[in-house]
Amino acid sequence: MKTALVTGGSRGIGKAVSTVLGKNYHVVVGYVTSEDKAAEVVSEIKESGGSASSIEVNISSKESVDKAFATIEKSYGSVDILINNAGITKDNILPRMKEEEWINVIQTNLTGSFYTSQRAIKQMMKNKWGRIIFISSIVGMSGNQGQANYAASKAGLIGLAKSISKELGSRNITSNVIAPGYIETDMTSFLDDENKENIIEQLSIKRIGKPEDISNVVAFLCNDESEYITGQVIPVDGGLTT
Amino acid sequence: MELNEVFEKVRGLFVEDLGIDESKVTMEAKLEEDLEIDSLGIVEVVMAFEDEFEIEIDDDELANVSTVGQAVQLLHSKI
Repeated sequence: MKTALVTGGSRGIGKAVSTVLGKNYHVVVGYVTSEDKAAEVVSEIKESGGSASSIEVNISSKESVDKAFATIEKSYGSVDILINNAGITKDNILPRMKEEEWINVIQTNLTGSFYTSQRAIKQMMKNKWGRIIFISSIVGMSGNQGQANYAASKAGLIGLAKSISKELGSRNITSNVIAPGYIETDMTSFLDDENKENIIEQLSIKRIGKPEDISNVVAFLCNDESEYITGQVIPVDGGLTT
Repeated sequence: MELNEVFEKVRGLFVEDLGIDESKVTMEAKLEEDLEIDSLGIVEVVMAFEDEFEIEIDDDELANVSTVGQAVQLLHSKI
């Protein structure tokens, strides 16, 4: 059975991704602080007949990433599918943005995915098979007020993913980006009803997205059926960016 | 480790990891031209060497390696 690692796999989109991948693969739910939530996700997957475990992995630390991969490889052989989902926000308008707010977001969202991807491809190259999926954001393409750091980090993932697709396509490793629009998660919980109505007005599909809208596309990109899709950015946003 | 033993191990990695015909792997064989290993393939071989021999090879050291023999010499000097 193939093994999938989902960073930030215990909450929001990551949780939905873990849940859907747990049906066909052994899924490793990565967490930093939400150990209990990760354990819950693992139990839920197992109860519905899937295979799962959890691991502490702080992607902003290369040491933590190396340690987590070594542990997973010892138990399950290799990470065949990597879902780079973990991310943080530290919103502020640019004139007020502190260097620390910039650096922390880039370090976790972009450099963290560099650490995990670089580590994962070691085994994927040997296996001559791999799937890397980056959960970016539509703001990586459109920009957003108050999110210069987050948008830059999410745009950076696109360049990273496309480069991986070119470097490693000959080894049957695909690398794609999903760019979610507005999805109902902790990260968007600050939106009030009026905000939501305003957003929905801009959408073709008249509702805020669900984590499952994203996880179903992730599952498709992990399949062998999607092996000819690589280096692409797939917006899943209810038509916001058409 | 004797030079000959290093060569045997190197040949083993080429054959097993890259699926190269054993008879083609001679000390004189050129990695890119004779063995048709692309740049990514060379990286794979280096990574396999690093794991097998528990050494680290710098990119600078690789710059002068274009034949199997040169790779064997480099590894021999590091083990």
